Amino acid sequence: MNQWNNFSKGFFKENAVFTLLLGMCPTLGVTSSAFDGLGMGLATTFVLVMANLVIAIIKNLIPDKVRIPAFIVVIATFVTIVEMTMQAYLPDLFESLGLFIPLIVVNCLVLGRAEAFASKNNIGSSIIDGLGMGLGFAMALTILGAIREILGSGKIFGTVVFPEDYGMLVFVLAPGAFIALGYLIAFINQVKKEA
Amino acid sequence: MAKTESTLKNMVLTLLVITGVAGTSLGFMFELTKGPIEAAKKAKQEAAIKMVMPEFDSLEKDTTIANTNFFRASSNGELVGIAIEAVSPKGFSGNIKIMVGFKPDGTIINYQVLEHKETPGLGTKMADWFKTDKGKQSILGKHPETNKLTVSKDGGEVDAITAATISSRAFLDAVRIAYETYNDNKSNEPVAANTSAEEGGTE
Repeated sequence: MNQWNNFSKGFFKENAVFTLLLGMCPTLGVTSSAFDGLGMGLATTFVLVMANLVIAIIKNLIPDKVRIPAFIVVIATFVTIVEMTMQAYLPDLFESLGLFIPLIVVNCLVLGRAEAFASKNNIGSSIIDGLGMGLGFAMALTILGAIREILGSGKIFGTVVFPEDYGMLVFVLAPGAFIALGYLIAFINQVKKEA
Repeated sequence: MAKTESTLKNMVLTLLVITGVAGTSLGFMFELTKGPIEAAKKAKQEAAIKMVMPEFDSLEKDTTIANTNFFRASSNGELVGIAIEAVSPKGFSGNIKIMVGFKPDGTIINYQVLEHKETPGLGTKMADWFKTDKGKQSILGKHPETNKLTVSKDGGEVDAITAATISSRAFLDAVRIAYETYNDNKSNEPVAANTSAEEGGTE
């Protein structure tokens, strides 16, 4: 039960985007479509799980005063692995996510979990924490991407719902990301209050 | 296991080991993905060539022209089209790289956008906009000599993408660059020159 809580907290109670407000740069930058949001979320999940795993293993070997640079090197290594793998096998997704893939390194969510969780807990819990947090992040990005895609260009996961000419362009652009995210957070806070 | 103390020796050693391991594994990963990345890029380029060229059975890259990719496609030994890669730096955010296919006489057959960083939902429409036969949008079948291929705002005959005039201008600029490359190099290849001369003789 404890591990289940550890896993599920990432989806709602401590969701990275809706509650902790971490990792806002990719959240606002790549969510112009649901598919891009999902791809970004899954790439981040992989980095989170692997970084949490490695850091949980080596946490006792790292002297306290150099732990942050050590964590960043571990995270950057996995991000580069994701970048090269995606470029090789998913070139289209790589192209639409572009610069945001290398920027996973500076996503506060990844370093935040390494510092706050993986460096204090055992290997098993750290993997589950990374998985829960990462999938919660992916879920948030997909929801935001879907809302922006359907309002902005009348599509959902690339399937046409209504003609693009009737879409509200602002939702495709950056301001639309702020507007949609603001309403989503308000909605989730309201649900939390009632619960 | 006790926590390692923060002495200078320990800190230097730990960071050295971590960066060493990270570097080695990345080098290994790079070797592993180098092939597939090259293959993916090549497949994309080939798909773009197929898209902008009529049916062909042999394709030859002209390596004598610096800084650009220039392909001659021929069918049964006869030149049927030329595919040229062109980059315009005038995009709304960064370079726009396209591949344009020309008939041997310079008429535009088709184009394909290869790389760009334009705004999603606005400038990105150029992938289809200039192919759509609606109003004065399409540039297919036009000849850059006889048709003025600039946006109507600048006195040309092409309708710009709604709300993305800068992207449209940059796209047409890339088309112009491609045409200039075509014009400068269409006849400097002996094989191609001979083919057209023979054609002229038999007619």
